[in-house]
Amino acid sequence: MTDFKMNQKLTSGLVLLRLFIGWHFLYEGIIKAYNPDWTSFGYLASAQGPFKSLFTSLAAESILPWVDTLNWLALVFVGITFILGIFERAGAVVGMGLLAVYYLAHPSFPGLDEIRSEGSYWLVNKNLIELAACWVLYLQPTGSFIGLARLLKPKSSTTKTDLS
Amino acid sequence: MSWTRREALLGMGGIPILGAVWWAGASATVGKKRERDALLETLNIQPSLPPAVPAIGGEPVKVGIIGFGIRGEQLCRALGYATQEWLAEMEEATALAKEEGRPFTALEDFNNQDKVNVRIAGICDIYDYRAEKAIRSFATDANPVKRYRTYQEMIGSGEIDAVVVATPDHWHAPMAIEALRNNVHVYVEKPMTHTLSETYELRDAALNSKAVLQVGHQHRQTLSFKTAQDIISKGILGHVSLITTNTNRNDDNGAWNYEIRPDATPETIDWAQFLGNAPQIPFNKNHFFRWRKWWAYGSGLSGDLLTHDYDRLNCVLQMGIPKSVMASGGIYTHRDARNVPDVFQANFEFPDFSTGSSQPAGKEKGMTFVYSATLGNTLNRPTVLMGHDASMELGNSLTIWPDGRSTRYFNQLEEGKMAPQTPIYQYNPAASALDGVSSATSQYFADKGLMWTYIDGKRVDSTFLHMREWLSVIRNGGAVSCGIQQGFEEAVSAHMAGLSWKLGRRIEWDAEAQRVVPIEEIDLDAALLDSPPGIGNYAPDVVT
Repeated sequence: MTDFKMNQKLTSGLVLLRLFIGWHFLYEGIIKAYNPDWTSFGYLASAQGPFKSLFTSLAAESILPWVDTLNWLALVFVGITFILGIFERAGAVVGMGLLAVYYLAHPSFPGLDEIRSEGSYWLVNKNLIELAACWVLYLQPTGSFIGLARLLKPKSSTTKTDLS
Repeated sequence: MSWTRREALLGMGGIPILGAVWWAGASATVGKKRERDALLETLNIQPSLPPAVPAIGGEPVKVGIIGFGIRGEQLCRALGYATQEWLAEMEEATALAKEEGRPFTALEDFNNQDKVNVRIAGICDIYDYRAEKAIRSFATDANPVKRYRTYQEMIGSGEIDAVVVATPDHWHAPMAIEALRNNVHVYVEKPMTHTLSETYELRDAALNSKAVLQVGHQHRQTLSFKTAQDIISKGILGHVSLITTNTNRNDDNGAWNYEIRPDATPETIDWAQFLGNAPQIPFNKNHFFRWRKWWAYGSGLSGDLLTHDYDRLNCVLQMGIPKSVMASGGIYTHRDARNVPDVFQANFEFPDFSTGSSQPAGKEKGMTFVYSATLGNTLNRPTVLMGHDASMELGNSLTIWPDGRSTRYFNQLEEGKMAPQTPIYQYNPAASALDGVSSATSQYFADKGLMWTYIDGKRVDSTFLHMREWLSVIRNGGAVSCGIQQGFEEAVSAHMAGLSWKLGRRIEWDAEAQRVVPIEEIDLDAALLDSPPGIGNYAPDVVT
């Protein structure tokens, strides 16, 4: 395996990726949190694929409010950690979990209807791509370069090219 | 700890971004909600929940079932009585659905249905298999179910308080009239009657009887229709000039080609009693099981399915009997020796009707109701009420779109607070319930709001509510939702449409005389029952 050194450009790119993904998660979470009528019922009730019955059972009246609340809380959590650049590995894990759940509820498998999808996909869709991006951010946190983590770590222990 | 400006910028640069995204999301959502709330406040639509039905106290109401076919069984389930066969079938279907991971709630819904204080005490079916099935399933030592050979015997027995009539159409009126004359309560399936003279006669019988008559238009219990009444009364649609409503089915069951049982013979079926006042023909299984396909016993699309759509709208608008009707159509999708049309269009004119107007007085008046049906295509064409100010799609859910040229909403449209493509109101009481609908035909009825309604998000069979209301009125007094006046309007409208198709001419209603305007040298009742020109009256007994 090639050992490559993080350089400033690559790090900046990762920071941008982190900000954009955080932005996306936060906005999705806030939109849901501020809308009392929002519910994941439709998404769960129309689930397809191997885990269909698990997802439809989550749409039950007794569980749904918990699912809805946990969903927006998790989205906002990922958004905050990514945008602020702190606890971003925890954020990445939660983000991957959410995206995996979204993907499995409506997987882009051949033979399934492409409902709740705004593009054309075969196996790989945008949820899966974002999940892979979260994985990269997990492997390579950048909060100590640009982010709150930078302020919380012992001073002068890092230089800008010393991240890898 | 002290940071350089550069450190602080790199460390806390995310905070303003966080704030910006948060603000954008929150203000967009809250702003949208505020706009919507303001709009809803202007519209002021308040779905009125149906008043609670007083309990059916005392001894159970002794009910007699006349006709235990497909609909008869459904009505019994609404009363809390299911056959062993149905229960077994539903258990199997539930297990299969579970295996396939899809919801199927028919059995659960039945088990959760509130109990009504009735006892099925008698059964009258001229087919041994059906009568015996009812007795086998419903009779217990404590509550025997007696079989009556004729409806007169059942009504005159003194052992039955109320009868449920779920027979072919040509028997509805004779049975209902006999019951009402004996002060036995009646729940009669739609269409209420088979001919015009029967309709007039049944109204007299009902008005002169102490018994309660309910016509089986169960959708009158549907919550969305009650909300629709509120919408109309507040003038939200403006003057409605056109209503389109449709039937689209494309399968054998939907075209009334029901199962023909091999054990049906002249020995197991009282054929003479089946025929009644219909033309006397030899025993014919095809006619017996699939009677909806012949005018002699049924009334085709006009009596069978148009009546649903007509009464749904009459329930919302109270528009009554049309001034005139013109119909057309033919037998184009099921050329199987039926003589009722399977493609059918009827235009009902209501020149004096109005739902209110937002324009200068006198400018708008009158409405056409269009019913369009085919039994050869399943495209979902919704029921739409088209008003000067807005259009409303009416089913189990409701959606209202403003009209781009509305007078009432002129300012809102100008200011961009409304857009013609964006609904201004949506009502979906089922938004948080999972439905397990089994067949294409039941989905067709469900979408129209004909099968069930939702109370507190829970699915409730509207037939159950309709029958419970009837039983409650029997015990406690009050008015039923679909009594003789509503039934009279439904039956006359349906027969006018059937006659227009038969005769190929406009049929008119004389509101003052309360009669269909006579046509010289034509016996309207006979015309309604006769086969249309060029089409045979009868089909072969054997179906291939």
